[in-house]
Amino acid sequence: MRFPLKIAWRFLKSGKGQTLLILAGIAIGISVQVFIGLLIQGLQTSLVDSTIGNSSQVTIESRENNGAIFDYQEKEDTIREQIEGVEELSPTLTLPAFISLEEEAESALIRGFEFEKAEGIYGFREKITEGTLPENSGEVMVGIGLAENLDLEIEDVLEIFNFDGDQGDVKITGIFDIGVTNLNESWIVSELQTAQEIFQREASVTAIEIQVEEVFDADIIGEEIEGLMEDDVKVTNWKDANQDLLSGLQGQDISSIMIQIFVVVAVVLGISSVLAISVLQRSKQIGILKAMGVNDQSASLIFLFQGLILGILGGLIGIALGLLLSYSFMIFATNPDGSPVVEIVINYNFIGLSFVIAVAASTLAALIPAKKSSKLQPIEVIRNG
Amino acid sequence: MDSILTLQNIDKVYGRKIKTQVIFDLNLEFNPGSFNSIIGQSGSGKSTLLNIMGTLDRPTKGTVLIEGRDTGALKKNDLSKLRNEAIGFVFQFHYLLPEFTTLENILMPQWIKNKKIEPEIQRRAEELIEVVGLEKVKNNLATDMSGGQQQRAAIARALMNRPRILLADEPTGNLDSETSDSIYRLLKDINREFQSTFIVITHDKKIAERTDRIIELKDGRVYTDVSQK
Repeated sequence: MRFPLKIAWRFLKSGKGQTLLILAGIAIGISVQVFIGLLIQGLQTSLVDSTIGNSSQVTIESRENNGAIFDYQEKEDTIREQIEGVEELSPTLTLPAFISLEEEAESALIRGFEFEKAEGIYGFREKITEGTLPENSGEVMVGIGLAENLDLEIEDVLEIFNFDGDQGDVKITGIFDIGVTNLNESWIVSELQTAQEIFQREASVTAIEIQVEEVFDADIIGEEIEGLMEDDVKVTNWKDANQDLLSGLQGQDISSIMIQIFVVVAVVLGISSVLAISVLQRSKQIGILKAMGVNDQSASLIFLFQGLILGILGGLIGIALGLLLSYSFMIFATNPDGSPVVEIVINYNFIGLSFVIAVAASTLAALIPAKKSSKLQPIEVIRNG
Repeated sequence: MDSILTLQNIDKVYGRKIKTQVIFDLNLEFNPGSFNSIIGQSGSGKSTLLNIMGTLDRPTKGTVLIEGRDTGALKKNDLSKLRNEAIGFVFQFHYLLPEFTTLENILMPQWIKNKKIEPEIQRRAEELIEVVGLEKVKNNLATDMSGGQQQRAAIARALMNRPRILLADEPTGNLDSETSDSIYRLLKDINREFQSTFIVITHDKKIAERTDRIIELKDGRVYTDVSQK
């Protein structure tokens, strides 16, 4: 093994121009592959994050519309004990209601939370633009859209009612911006207890909201949870509710993989053709080596090793370039507020895979030249000078 | 004395559709340690014969025995091994590897054996470099030497594995007479010192006359075969 490696290395070193050219080819190809891959992954992550990052991913609700769940504390405990991969669990009493105005009424959604638990899902503390979280009974905060539409301010008192005859007055302590317009225009958020008082639903909630560690496992975890629950509740997950997003993501995945495959194919063809030429250029050397006793396997290994070396070096340079491209993209392609258009996350598994692909593809590309080298007859070289 | 190299009823035909026979029913034996020359006009089949003797080419018919072993029955890898260990080649166009230095080229047959270069081997290479007088250029790339120097390096390389048989095809073919003279003296010395069997193709009668045996080929047949001394 040492001999072919030695010859391979020397051949690469002595044909510097050619070697650099081929290295540049591999490096650029792999850098594009890494960059496209990371970019699409980043895009998907931020898309998924903005779609479901601040919402319930698995939801337990009563089968009746707006029906009550009384044993929510027990259900929470069961899930925490028996289901793995659950990150956040938050009970909520969420019911539609109206805000009574002077001559008309505005519809709204009252959402009562245990803020300690809901914080993990919604992160309200960071989203308050004015005022504070409602801490006491009878206090609420409203979405920024709702506040603007109805001209609401901190300390304003709202009269809430529904057609079941429930009603109550609440005081605004804060205004939040959750980033989604129709939620900002309809949500009124309070402590769970406040909501329970308004709707006279003591000791019950309408749903338990759950976030999971792996968002794409939401359906599996949802099924596990459903298995634990009695028949009076149903379990839904974000994947069932967002089929369009999922198929969009899948389409993106496929096109990204296609681009990556074609880039790698181009790299393979490039290496293959340059190495094939190099076999022709070095046929004299191969012939004389064979005359001196190099066997066919070693002769082909010389070119396989060249492919391997080129793949390793080209792969490393390509990954470095790809990361550089990704970082510059994050630095230079920014939103008006200075945040990157796409947050690229370094996925070590993906980069490792790219490296393996670079090395495997280069070695594969060296197969044809290696075969040629193996078949070369020394007598042809010696007879023809 | 058992012959080290035996050719029995060798025919060689080139071409499939239009056949050209270049060697006709040729029989030769070579004694170990002898210095033989093969002469003949161009087209007489000298080089073809040498390539067949060196197992680089296969005869169309007949048997080549090296140290009593039938080379026709050997597998490709065994042939490679045989060439590496038993035979040294010096070609008309020296064929050093331009990517390597003189010393590295000379060590090449050892590398091919896939052996670590022991100090003893290194010493042997240095000695050979001295024998062929290339001390000053031993670290030059092969391309940075004159034709005569390259040819001498090729001879040193051919001797590196102490081959029992050394085959040379017009080793001085494109060198001036003074250089070619010194190379033949060198070959002669080495032949005496290492007791290898030398078979050298030459077109130079003066040089042939200094060898133990002159075989003249004509139209693919042995025309004369004269042993001297």
